[in-house]
Amino acid sequence: MTTELLNHVLRQGDRALVLSHRLAQWITHAPSLEEDMALANISLDLLGQTRHLYTYAGELEGEGNDEDYFAYWRDAAAFRNPLLVEQPNGDFAVTIARQVFHDHAALLYWESMTESADVTLGALAARARNETAFHLQHSTGWLVRLGDGTDESHRRAQAGVDALWPYTSELLDADDEGELRSSGLIGKPIETAWHEAVADTLLNAGLHAPIDAEQCAGGIHGVHSEHLEPLLHEMQHLARAHPGASW
Amino acid sequence: MSQEQFDALIQADERIEPDDWMPDDYRSTLVRQIAQHAHSEIIGMQPEGEWITRAPSLRRKAILTAKVQDEAGHGLYLYGAAESLGTPRSELLDRLHTKTQKYSSIFNYATPEWADVGAIGWLVDGAAIMNQVPLCRCSFGPYGRAMVRICKEESFHQRQGYQIMLSLSQGTPAQKAMAQRALERWWWPSIMMFGPPDSASSNTGRSMAWGIKRYTNDELRQNFVDATVPQAELLGLTPPDDALVWNTERGHYDFGEPDWDEFARMVRGEGEIPDLRIGVRRAAHDDGDWVRKAAAAYVSKQAERSAA
Amino acid sequence: MSTSFPHWEVFVRARRGIDHQHAGSVHAPDGETALRAARDLFTRRQEGVSLWVVPSSEIVASDPADDDAFFEPAADKAYRFPTSYELPPEVDQM
Repeated sequence: MTTELLNHVLRQGDRALVLSHRLAQWITHAPSLEEDMALANISLDLLGQTRHLYTYAGELEGEGNDEDYFAYWRDAAAFRNPLLVEQPNGDFAVTIARQVFHDHAALLYWESMTESADVTLGALAARARNETAFHLQHSTGWLVRLGDGTDESHRRAQAGVDALWPYTSELLDADDEGELRSSGLIGKPIETAWHEAVADTLLNAGLHAPIDAEQCAGGIHGVHSEHLEPLLHEMQHLARAHPGASW
Repeated sequence: MSQEQFDALIQADERIEPDDWMPDDYRSTLVRQIAQHAHSEIIGMQPEGEWITRAPSLRRKAILTAKVQDEAGHGLYLYGAAESLGTPRSELLDRLHTKTQKYSSIFNYATPEWADVGAIGWLVDGAAIMNQVPLCRCSFGPYGRAMVRICKEESFHQRQGYQIMLSLSQGTPAQKAMAQRALERWWWPSIMMFGPPDSASSNTGRSMAWGIKRYTNDELRQNFVDATVPQAELLGLTPPDDALVWNTERGHYDFGEPDWDEFARMVRGEGEIPDLRIGVRRAAHDDGDWVRKAAAAYVSKQAERSAA
Repeated sequence: MSTSFPHWEVFVRARRGIDHQHAGSVHAPDGETALRAARDLFTRRQEGVSLWVVPSSEIVASDPADDDAFFEPAADKAYRFPTSYELPPEVDQM
């Protein structure tokens, strides 16, 4: 059971870290200074979640590994994040579409985790839920403005939704979680609620999900797109050049 | 209000507020100074921001993200203060993007190594704080208030920088060598951040009389050297200045003459980095145009709908 | 030319039990966005528990040229202050 829980915690940590990193790439490039601040804030919240999750993973694993071990010393194939979060930032509409899909899933996930039988995860969920609720206001607020703004912004927003829709079913994948769920460690499945919530946001934005889009998956099993490796290389390069150093 | 009332307020060390009458020169000096300060904050995000994705630990990544984010915030506080004098932010940004207004030339130095992030926090932010603390008492109210907020936030910037240098100088030989190289890169540029010597500074006298400036460039520079040398000693690092020696008689450190020709070249914006910095800024602004237009269009549509 | 958003004045309540205080301003296309921007700009270090944003254009301000007419007349009304009333020491705690 500990192995299943460890894998689950790492999967959540990897998701938060990779998305945090992607958002950090926006800093100094955002459409306004206010957005530089907003995206940095969301990135920081996700990074905070990552650090709690990795620290807990280290405890579950019991081999003395700390948060930095999980971030800096594992290769891409060991990462278990869904493909969605490693997709490149694209234009602002792509980033916002990615956030909307992610934030809806993350909010439902953390809400369900507040009732986890695992005390550590339950406590983290209570905080992460509040953080994510604000992220969701930000992302849905923007998607509605882009979808219902100018012709250009509508076109870009729909293109963002279309481009990322194929990565959404993996967000909701619960294949490995049966045993964790039956023992109350993780909450109820979020798939139905996610579809309802996302449909609602898309409707408000005057956008639609693509019909017949083929779904891609693999990240949560360590099979990644070509985008993760360069991201990790950049992130890990300095730390790996100085083994054993502290910073 | 009149010139006499303005002079009386300045004389009494009272604050001038945006709606008050003020001499045109006072207004234009402030708009220029506050805007350049704001530009410096947001251009200053770049040399460090480049390291967020490469920070060597998650803790350092979080600290650096928060710091660079603060700099965006400081830019916003300052643009707000400048706007209270009647020039909109969009116009100030246009002046930055077209290079008709400057930013601090310190941000035209490169940050090739992680230790530069430490040196910037320790030295550049240290020098900035020394420049900025007196500005909290600036005669123009909104500028002073923005500076109070900024100084409060900035002290973590300097402390985290010094802590990076401390970790590096107590770390592996490679880390310590990296820290020494960064100190050598940033020492003189930091000393030159206080501006030209008093004998060559044309604006100092008037700005002091108006209560915009409270200490001369050379006074602040000496304070900085006096505060920083012992900090370098504690790190076991050596500033690149052979003339640096404690002068018992003066109760201050003596130090060498900075390369003012280099300073002039940097202020003129020579080299390839200024184009790089402005290029990133302009691209962000231009690429964001459709987003800002969308937000504006959405508001108009909502207003039309609620009117209908 | 840049798209310019309206200006909003931001008021922050630092903690329960005290008034909102003016903190500064933000640019935003609408109130909802202004609130989020104000949250990110002015409450990153737990400086607030409540926020107001008001369009700057909606503020009606007194004119500094009228300062004398507005605020001078309050100066010679010492009788509004408790210190104007000399009382015997026995009851001076009043």
